[in-house]
Amino acid sequence: MNEWITYITKYFRVFVPASVMTLKVTTFGILIGILLGMFFALMRISKYRALAVPAKAYIWVIRGTPLLLQLLLIYYGLVGVVKMDNLPAAFVALGVHNGAYIAEIFRGAIQSVDRGQTEAGVSLGMTRRKVMRRIIFPQAFKRALPSLSNQFIIALKDSSLASSIAVPELLLKAKQIGSANFKLMESLSVAAVFYLVMTSVLTIITGLIEHALKTSSRQA
Amino acid sequence: MIKIENLSKWFGKNQVLDNISLNVDPSEVVVIIGPSGSGKSTLLRCVNFLEKAQRGTISIDGKVYTQKSKKLNLMRQEVGMVFQHFNLFPHMTVMNNVIEGLTQVKKIPKSRAVELGKSMLDKVGLLDKADTYPAMISGGQKQRVAIARALVMQPKIMLFDEPTSALDPELVVDVLEVMKNLAGDGMTMMVVTHEMRFAREVADKVVYMDRGRLIESGTPDEIFDHPQEQRTQEFLSRIL
Ligand SMILES: Nc1ncnc2c1ncn2[C@@H]1O[C@H](COP(=O)(O)OP(=O)(O)OP(=O)(O)O)[C@@H](O)[C@H]1O
Ligand SMILES: [Mg+2]
Repeated sequence: MNEWITYITKYFRVFVPASVMTLKVTTFGILIGILLGMFFALMRISKYRALAVPAKAYIWVIRGTPLLLQLLLIYYGLVGVVKMDNLPAAFVALGVHNGAYIAEIFRGAIQSVDRGQTEAGVSLGMTRRKVMRRIIFPQAFKRALPSLSNQFIIALKDSSLASSIAVPELLLKAKQIGSANFKLMESLSVAAVFYLVMTSVLTIITGLIEHALKTSSRQA
Repeated sequence: MIKIENLSKWFGKNQVLDNISLNVDPSEVVVIIGPSGSGKSTLLRCVNFLEKAQRGTISIDGKVYTQKSKKLNLMRQEVGMVFQHFNLFPHMTVMNNVIEGLTQVKKIPKSRAVELGKSMLDKVGLLDKADTYPAMISGGQKQRVAIARALVMQPKIMLFDEPTSALDPELVVDVLEVMKNLAGDGMTMMVVTHEMRFAREVADKVVYMDRGRLIESGTPDEIFDHPQEQRTQEFLSRIL
């Protein structure tokens, strides 16, 4: 136990900024993912094929290929077109990746809201758009939260793949220090603890939000 | 007030409305009865265009509407609808349910909307529930909130689709009471219901439907005591 503490303190200087980097990549990945997810979820449920089909294709491609490959494709692919550093490339790759999953989460949540809700709104004279915004989204969002939380945790862990394009996040730093000191196992183990702490805190936060929303309406 | 002419509707190949024509005069209460699956709900839902009929026309207050009419949202403000399963908005308090249409559709300022909402909730006997969420009140109370939500828009017509069918027997009576008062106030109403006593007491006209067709219509006395059609007789003998 003492040994662990020694290691943690010893690596603290490097691991804290590295964890911050991990959180940064995760946050941007999630934010871009949520934006893309909302956008593509709406396209996906559209009755117009011209909107639904591209959304379906995006989700199909992203979910059917490895994130690591997407990351490399975006990084090396875009470097040729626009000048892009590894960090923004990681944001974009993680965002595009999470967008597909979040789109499916939102789509499922929107479609799970009872049709009677739309009908009640429409019969009051509301436009479809207004019904979506006022009636469907708030309920869908609440239902999406558990799956979203889960996706956020996956995103946090997935951010470690950014190490493959030299983003100085937690896993990359752990590997570098471990190799330099010939103590790879220890270094990786400490990194594991850092990841656990971050995912746990994330779980607690999303749990609190879910709880707050649940008690605010005690929805059946 | 409502003029339905030669309305036919199919769900895929299944014809659910077969050449229905029906007039509802101002302040008239029309009750629609018939066996399950006969198309009662569908007919009602066609009136405010929640469903689209393939043939026939519907005019409301002298204006003919189609699915594509730009004015559908305006028309729907004039036609309130109450559903079997209430369809209250679960993420809003009772008061916010009631004023949603006022603030979002009629653009009435919130403070004024709350005043109107209060008097409407008072009318259905639920003013004390204004700040609770729908999940916390009984089915009968939910349905009365749903009625208040529709009435506060000051519609000219109210459509009721089995408003008491999902309620425990002891809760039915309060909802029927509210509907009776409404009829007494001169509201034009189309009501689908299995409450035959209500139909007898309140209806000006009773319509019997079977397999998508309007079999016969008349005063409650005519339909309940002297049904002309064999199918009506059979249906009534089964349920009375
Ligand atoms: N959305 C739909 N899609 C396909 N068929 C439908 C749909 N809604 C209703 N139907 C069919 O249309 C027919 C008429 O249904 P409707 O709900 O109007 O009957 P109803 O008289 O209201 O019956 P109930 O007393 O059970 O409510 C039924 O055969 C039903 O299966
Ligand atoms: Mg029905």
